[in-house]
Amino acid sequence: MTEQKKHKLSILFSAIAIVVLALLLVGVNKYTAPTYMLRTVLQLGSIYALVAVSMNLLNGFTGLFSLGQAGFMALGAYTFAIFTIPANQRAGVYYLYGVADWLANIELPIVAALIVAGIVCAIMAALIGAPVLRLKSDYFAIATLGFAEIVRIIVGSSPMNRITNGSLGLKMIPKFPNFYFPFIVVAICIFIVWLLINSSYGRAFKAIREDEIAAEAMGINLAKHKRMSFIISSFFAGVGGALMAMYMGAITSTTFNITLTYNILLIVVIGGMGSLTGSIISSFLVIAAREWWLRFLDQPFFIGGVQIPLFKTGFRMVVFSIILMIVVLFFRKGIMGTKEFNWNFILKRMDKKQPAGGEGNE
Amino acid sequence: MTSTAFLQYCLTGISIGGIYALIAIGYTMVYGILRLINFAHGDIFMMAAYFMIFAMVDFALPWYVSIVIVLAATILLGVVIEKVAYKPLRSSPRMSIMISAIGVSYLLQNLATYLFSALPKGYPKIDFLMKTITIGGISTSVVTFITPILTLVFVFLLLQLINHTKIGMAMRAVSKDFETSQLMGIKINRVISFTFVIGCFLAGVGSILYFTPRPSVYPLVGSLPGLKCFIAAVFGGIGSIPGAMLGGFVIGLSETFIKAAGYSEFSDVFTFILLIVVLLFKPTGLFGEKTTEKV
Repeated sequence: MTEQKKHKLSILFSAIAIVVLALLLVGVNKYTAPTYMLRTVLQLGSIYALVAVSMNLLNGFTGLFSLGQAGFMALGAYTFAIFTIPANQRAGVYYLYGVADWLANIELPIVAALIVAGIVCAIMAALIGAPVLRLKSDYFAIATLGFAEIVRIIVGSSPMNRITNGSLGLKMIPKFPNFYFPFIVVAICIFIVWLLINSSYGRAFKAIREDEIAAEAMGINLAKHKRMSFIISSFFAGVGGALMAMYMGAITSTTFNITLTYNILLIVVIGGMGSLTGSIISSFLVIAAREWWLRFLDQPFFIGGVQIPLFKTGFRMVVFSIILMIVVLFFRKGIMGTKEFNWNFILKRMDKKQPAGGEGNE
Repeated sequence: MTSTAFLQYCLTGISIGGIYALIAIGYTMVYGILRLINFAHGDIFMMAAYFMIFAMVDFALPWYVSIVIVLAATILLGVVIEKVAYKPLRSSPRMSIMISAIGVSYLLQNLATYLFSALPKGYPKIDFLMKTITIGGISTSVVTFITPILTLVFVFLLLQLINHTKIGMAMRAVSKDFETSQLMGIKINRVISFTFVIGCFLAGVGSILYFTPRPSVYPLVGSLPGLKCFIAAVFGGIGSIPGAMLGGFVIGLSETFIKAAGYSEFSDVFTFILLIVVLLFKPTGLFGEKTTEKV
């Protein structure tokens, strides 16, 4: 089988896989009750997939260890919320402090507000990126973490009462217009990131990750590419935050604390730093495990009428964090390493005549 | 603000600053040797508080026994964390070991939630520490008064240890150059364990002093003080013990005065802004050594 034919077959397989996944989604939507756990897991998983991909773009592909994702999500979520809460319900939401005059009658359509949320985050990233990106590895991490905390505290503080409703948080945020909405938005966003990764910019990002000094020597403009990666990542983190706000319907500043960043980081690590498909797979796995499959650990557990003492509220998260530590310590590459999902395992089987090691596709 | 009130705030600020300094030393020493931000340090501080509740409330031990047990348990916890979570990653990229530290922090928080529930628990009161004393018109509790003194004593002892003993010399050598010191016959694992022993001991002391005047403990209580103390360490120049102490006092004092001025919501914002400003204008901190990156 020639390379060309393989390439064509891979595209065919991918197309089939996408159609199958889409049909499965339709099936889930048609045949499950609205409260069924699978629906929640899929929606939340897709949102986490987007945020994890955005973080992976920075941490895994560009080698900039950022811990500011929750800050950008907060910014995106709040921007989205203040522009989309129905104008006639604002009085109810801001019942304690009243709503700022300029804000009272602005109401954007959902898609426009999603884009605005992303753009606000991108602008913020451009502003703080200029100074912060000069810092090296762990200093960059701690500075972005500091930024995320600053955003979170300011958003929930009293001078912002008439805009963000202070510590009360915002509610009545429009829900998803239909079951498919988050999947479509997330798919489009991840597709854009995928295009970026496979462009010359993406290759420059990877070069910076591997060795900054060598990359600079090869003529890659470090400052420009780092800034670009940071801004794009923040844009999608903002869109992800906005989707999160839609999913939850009500947000407060504590939703976006450091634990959220840690959760996303651990998803990225489990999926493999530097693999988009890894991040996507691990988002769904982690969310399914955390919200659904491991739920039983929180319930009292009986064997032959004897209660096993380990099982009580909180055990789920302990088991979950131990799994995480095992991945971090012993399977450092995560599910996918830096590879992307591909169809080689099928193609090889279809192509038994040729020795398996002959191609240089990976 | 009257002068009495001013002095009162100064004392409060120095006291909380002293606690920050004790924790910041743990960060700065670990960073100096392993080049690792030990994200779990704030949670070790939190676990020490739960150990105290265990010892004094659940086992009804007297305070002097409890303190010894708490310090021993905290040290043990820190050393075990180092052996299990950091040692296997010693030769891997710095990013992986930092992720491991974040994982440990996450695990400790979840473990505390599981074992002790997410609800705040009352911290036991040590009577003689809570007594009110009056000095020159300022009335304060004993704990507020002895915290800065204890801090200074510990910092002094620690500096003696580092500058005048064999293990201290080994620690200085390791923080200068990890690989060369190994070649010189320094038992690196012992030095690292010893660093964690000191860091966790001070975190344990800090925890007792921090929680005694405060009503309750909950599983996430360590994360914010932990971050602030890391900022204190960065401010003073990471790797420098006097720097960490100074950073702790600066953050404690400024936080107290910002709160006193009625902006308590923004005291943490100030701390984080301080961090970013320091990183931008003097990334090595006040007393940090400048290192050059070699190709």
